Amino acid sequence: MEKLSKERAEWIYKKMNDIRNFEDEVHRIFSTGSIPGFVHLYAGEEAIATGVCAHLTDKDYITSTHRGHGHCIAKGCDLDKMMAEIYGKETGLCKGKGGSMHIADIDKGMLGANGMVGGGFPIAIGAALRNKYLKTNDVAVCFFGDGAANEGTFHESINMASIWKLPVVFVNENNSYGEATPQIYSSGSKRIADRAPAYGIPGETIDGKDLVAVYEAAGKAIDRARRGEGPTLIECITYRNYGHFEGDEQKYKAKEGPEKALAERDSLPEFREYATAEKLLSAQKADQIEQTSIQDIEHAIKFAEESPIPKPESLYENVFVD
Amino acid sequence: MARRITFMKAINEGLDMAMEKDDRVILLGEDIAGGAKVEHLAKENEDAWGGVFGVTKGLMPKYGRERVIDTPISEMGYMGATVGAAATGLRPVPELMFNDFIGFCLDTLLAQGSKMRYMFGGKAKIPMTIRTCHGAGASAAAQHSGSYYGILASIPGIKVVVPSNPYDAKGLLIAAIEDDNVVVFSEDKTLYGIKDEVPEEYYKVEIGKAKIKREGTDLTIVTIGKMLYVALEVADRLAKDGVEVEVIDLITVAPWDQETVINSVKKTGRLIIIDEANPHNNTATDIASVVGDQAFDYLDGPIKKVCAPNTPVPFATNLEQLYLPNADRVIETAAELIDDLKK
Repeated sequence: MEKLSKERAEWIYKKMNDIRNFEDEVHRIFSTGSIPGFVHLYAGEEAIATGVCAHLTDKDYITSTHRGHGHCIAKGCDLDKMMAEIYGKETGLCKGKGGSMHIADIDKGMLGANGMVGGGFPIAIGAALRNKYLKTNDVAVCFFGDGAANEGTFHESINMASIWKLPVVFVNENNSYGEATPQIYSSGSKRIADRAPAYGIPGETIDGKDLVAVYEAAGKAIDRARRGEGPTLIECITYRNYGHFEGDEQKYKAKEGPEKALAERDSLPEFREYATAEKLLSAQKADQIEQTSIQDIEHAIKFAEESPIPKPESLYENVFVD
Repeated sequence: MARRITFMKAINEGLDMAMEKDDRVILLGEDIAGGAKVEHLAKENEDAWGGVFGVTKGLMPKYGRERVIDTPISEMGYMGATVGAAATGLRPVPELMFNDFIGFCLDTLLAQGSKMRYMFGGKAKIPMTIRTCHGAGASAAAQHSGSYYGILASIPGIKVVVPSNPYDAKGLLIAAIEDDNVVVFSEDKTLYGIKDEVPEEYYKVEIGKAKIKREGTDLTIVTIGKMLYVALEVADRLAKDGVEVEVIDLITVAPWDQETVINSVKKTGRLIIIDEANPHNNTATDIASVVGDQAFDYLDGPIKKVCAPNTPVPFATNLEQLYLPNADRVIETAAELIDDLKK
């Protein structure tokens, strides 16, 4: 695994800021009514998408979840086009026809946010099967929430990935709640990673707020997958800053205890502190990244707001390949 | 004369030729080879089953287990995986052993494969062909005998074909595998043994185009799959009474060939649709609705449907025969439309 270099630390810190600013702005704009539909925000979980995707190229595939903006940004999707997609504009990444829950960019290896909880597992193993069949060195990463771990696709897909030794990494983002139901209620195993040995694959639970922990665990698992040694399950303990969707009152969130402590942590300053102490990032560079990120998101909002809505005839387009 | 082979052999040959032509074509399914990891079979490079009916027999020995992949009994997993493999550049052909198992993996078709291209603004291509089988008449009872092509045909973004004979089966399957969209290829399990002339070469039968199997002027009968043979029997019997039946094999259920059907109805003024699916919200209902809308002024009587009853498929042989549309029922229906046939 490649050590965390200066260049990579800067990339990671920029992406973390992009995700946070993007989501905080979507949160603000959603409350004004300018964004239609449902949005599920990733703020709070930045260390996971960035710590994992730092090891990937455009040729590697990822599948995502309802909460997909962070994965999109970390996988290199265009911020302007992403914001336009969420606004339902013609210039959007999916021409305004997917929206927040189906945001995707196959050219970047991003196989889509998914409106079906657990919908990403089979797609990810399919992409991994393709990589293995074509004898590429590419991997697939399946991001999934703690809620998705209780879908049947989790079982079937991890089992198949194991028996076929597929180059796939299952990255669980355990933010303690599947919609409004605590994970401690819905899962028979205490930890989701505890299930890995049942499928004959390695699994570990890590601090998902700690960028370095995610970066190292993901790097190890991705290297293992690239070597053809099969899948790994990584459970990242994290927390979402907002509700399941925007408008969620979040009555279920813990008022004290370990979850509350997790809620009060913030991976961005934590990583900034670590990276500056390790001389991977200067204070000046960090300030500059923070500033640029704010400007980039402002640009994305302006682009989205000024973009045209889709033409009526596009309703009928792209159902089939002609 | 071209050689005669079975419906099953024609499908096997279509798969074989498609695999030979394009190494992105892979097969996945439960026991499509069988006997994975069994040493004595591996030593002889043999498959155990080649599919539950033997349709894929011999393909694993020829192409290896990397291309003919036995899956665990995990329909939602492997069917969903084919969407991922197709979206990333392969041309997978999964087999769903019986169409009755669609409940386990409908998400693949309903929410993922059929919608990706649209949701992603035209960026995705999902070139996958799902082979499955339908149909009553094999005493396979309620959970292995249904006909659900019509349910799948109602999902936007999916093409659905139902071949009635070996020639079409081979050509349609090749066309489906070459198609860049999700295509469901539904085989009637009771047709596997029928034989017909099938060319040895690689050829395609056009998806979306119905075939007029017999020309007539008095009554149009549209059929899906095996129901063709019911209609041909009806046409023979009615010809003795001077009634000339035009028989149309629909072949593609989605998108079905409106032009051929409507032009025929304009000529005959009468329409019966035979569909083995349960009667409500099925393909026959859709055809009746479109023809009623587009050709109302040409009709000399009501559009009639002859379908399975609104029941599951029964096990007992006599009940199963009652369940299936047959020539007697179609002739009774025709008599309601044609005065000369009334007793």
